[in-house]
Amino acid sequence: MKRLVFILMLIASPLWAVEPDEILDDPELEARARVISKGLRCLVCQNESIDESHASLARDLRLLVRERLVVGDSNDQTVEFIVERYGEYVLLQPRASGSTLVLWAAGPLMLLLAAGMGFIYLRGRSSATEGSDAALTDVEKTRLREILDSNS
Amino acid sequence: MITELGHFALILAFFVAIVQTFVPLVGAQKGWRSWMAVAEPAASAQFMLTAFAFGALMWAFISSDFSLLLVVQNSHSAKPMLYKISGTWGNHEGSMLLWVLIVSLFGAMAAWFGTNLPPSLRARVLSVQGAIGVAFFAFILFTSNPFTRLAVPPFDGQDLNPLLQDPGLAFHPPFLYLGYVGLSMTFSFAVAALLEGRVDAAWGRWVRPWTLAAWIFLTIGIALGSWWAYYELGWGGFWFWDPVENASFMPWLLSAALFHSAIVVEKRDSLKSWTILLAILAFGFSLIGTFIVRSGLLTSVHAFANDPERGVFILMILGFFTGGALILYAFRATTMEAKGVFGLVSRESALLTNNILLAVSCFVVFVGTMWPLVAEMFFDRKLSVGPPFFNMAFTPFMLVLGLVLPVGAMLPWKRAQIKKAIYPLRYAFVLALAIAGLVWAMQTGRSVLGPMGVFLAAWIVMGAVIDLMSRTGRGKDRFGRLMRLPRADWGKMLAHSGLGITMLGVAGITSWSYEDIRVAQIGQPYDVGAYTILLNGVSDFEGPNYLATIADITLSQGGQILSQMKPEKRIYLVAQMPTTEAAIDYNLARDVYVVIGDEQDAGGWAVRTYVKPLTNWIWIGCFLMALGGCFSLSDRRFRVAAGARKSNAQAVPAE
Repeated sequence: MKRLVFILMLIASPLWAVEPDEILDDPELEARARVISKGLRCLVCQNESIDESHASLARDLRLLVRERLVVGDSNDQTVEFIVERYGEYVLLQPRASGSTLVLWAAGPLMLLLAAGMGFIYLRGRSSATEGSDAALTDVEKTRLREILDSNS
Repeated sequence: MITELGHFALILAFFVAIVQTFVPLVGAQKGWRSWMAVAEPAASAQFMLTAFAFGALMWAFISSDFSLLLVVQNSHSAKPMLYKISGTWGNHEGSMLLWVLIVSLFGAMAAWFGTNLPPSLRARVLSVQGAIGVAFFAFILFTSNPFTRLAVPPFDGQDLNPLLQDPGLAFHPPFLYLGYVGLSMTFSFAVAALLEGRVDAAWGRWVRPWTLAAWIFLTIGIALGSWWAYYELGWGGFWFWDPVENASFMPWLLSAALFHSAIVVEKRDSLKSWTILLAILAFGFSLIGTFIVRSGLLTSVHAFANDPERGVFILMILGFFTGGALILYAFRATTMEAKGVFGLVSRESALLTNNILLAVSCFVVFVGTMWPLVAEMFFDRKLSVGPPFFNMAFTPFMLVLGLVLPVGAMLPWKRAQIKKAIYPLRYAFVLALAIAGLVWAMQTGRSVLGPMGVFLAAWIVMGAVIDLMSRTGRGKDRFGRLMRLPRADWGKMLAHSGLGITMLGVAGITSWSYEDIRVAQIGQPYDVGAYTILLNGVSDFEGPNYLATIADITLSQGGQILSQMKPEKRIYLVAQMPTTEAAIDYNLARDVYVVIGDEQDAGGWAVRTYVKPLTNWIWIGCFLMALGGCFSLSDRRFRVAAGARKSNAQAVPAE
């Protein structure tokens, strides 16, 4: 049985993300590597960063990031290096350039629009005159009277 | 035989739903009472037939009937019974059957408990609900039949995805579906009101409990899912901004907006047109969620791998219902004029602000979720939109929401003075600032999000309590009056506090977590922060359908043993898939989360330790929100309004 477990463990992909042997000795560099890997997508996974992913490709990318940092690249240079090879798709936070500006601007613009419409509505409401209370139909008035009578 | 009966019941239910759609609608249009009366028995019959079909499928799973394709693909004879049962909805076909079961359940509830609705409105509501049923019955029968038989049954099944073999599966999807589908009821009310051409305070009162119930279920469902991911996925994340999570989060945001705006409809006869639009959109988003999960268009951990035919079918359903309702809305919206008059500063305007913030934040999530598709289709750019984007674009809305919430909740209706509302909150504000300042001073060089979260939590919770106290007036017997306050007031306090507490948990886990990754040698203790970890040994274990490696770890602090932890890693034999079972030492201040990795060639085992402060408050907060919703649902005036019928869930949401 034990041998079977061992064989199965060899077949199965590694269970978890950053392995102890990947960690750099310099804690400062390692911290930077972690920050960078949280922003890079594991290309074969579903919406996971390479920092979280178990896939072997993610491991390769993690090692690559660390390699670049050890050579002396800055964070931006490292990210640029990887984007050049794997494309924009690898970035979990899309760059605010070109058509992606729409994505970034969508929220603030919508907020302005909604706030503007809300304000116009509120101004209309506050300057309107109170409508008559004849919102009830005759049937409802009768029903209301019934309820009030039965309660008293 | 039972399988065939189940299939037959499903087909019958389809036809009953068709009858339920057309006959009452025509009846309501022409004013024929007898035709309108068809709706009620039809809704009951539809529910019972669907329940029978669902029961038949569940039976096939329980008895491991491998002549059913679905059972072969998702079950195994050695699988524990709980997962055989929950495996019924752990797959595409079965979960669609659960979905339509809940659609028919809500329809039947409206039929049974809605006897105080005007007959024509009730007929129309049930007719719209029936139409939703028709669409989904057709979807199941024509594209995803769960009752497909195999000519040559295999000897055993292929087992359920191991990640799903967890008690989480038993509860997370049913609650989520109750939430998603609960919004179909609000949608039906909205469309019925548009057909009726009449939206008034009474309508607001009928619609609120359904929205509130749906929101409570969504809250519980999302919280369960997040907790499940937290302990199952093996690295202690609680929210991933995954497309499918977003799909459940968007209806949650909109339904929260909806029951707040329905208050304005009911109490002030305003915001009617907006509320109808929200009701349509909320269900629209829950359909979009279904589309995202089933079409396989957006990749996600949740996606049931799928063929495009189903995606197109759901897109058609989505287009028909949301599109149809919006066209109807465009024709009828102008007839709904607002009646209430109120100042720029008032409870009404505060609720409007709540709606703007919730709806726009929902919009941000929507744009972020769909952007990869848009970018690829129109700009030929293949890109990802992940957690960093959402954290940055979404969080500000929640910060502003938390900041204005206590003030808005204190404002009186019609015309308010901002000074008067702020005055009783002044100490709470100062105290919250002081606590946050203290926290900020204690942490060194970390993000400012932590103290901000602490500030908001303290501010919202204290604000909610002050708001509740302010309703007890002055003088003697304030405690007695506090106890006699309407449950809706208590619900509001609890739900708002819950939001604050969830914010506290999120701030804690995102800003103060730390972790340790290393090769641990057996018998050699090491420190992680204030804790000491000692790996005592590693052993093998054979489960019913998996093999496990279990580590025995002692967690201690300052020489005192806190707990014995047993993290596992498993291999599921049939599915050939490894999973991690983290060991977590829970308490209210922090979680210590330990995961065991591989044995190293040079000896020792890889061990990961995370310390995650305040994590459990995330789910405690969600629970409080749901509890607050339940308090509001059971408010006395709505039980009174519902007549003698106690079970009729008419209520006031947290306002």
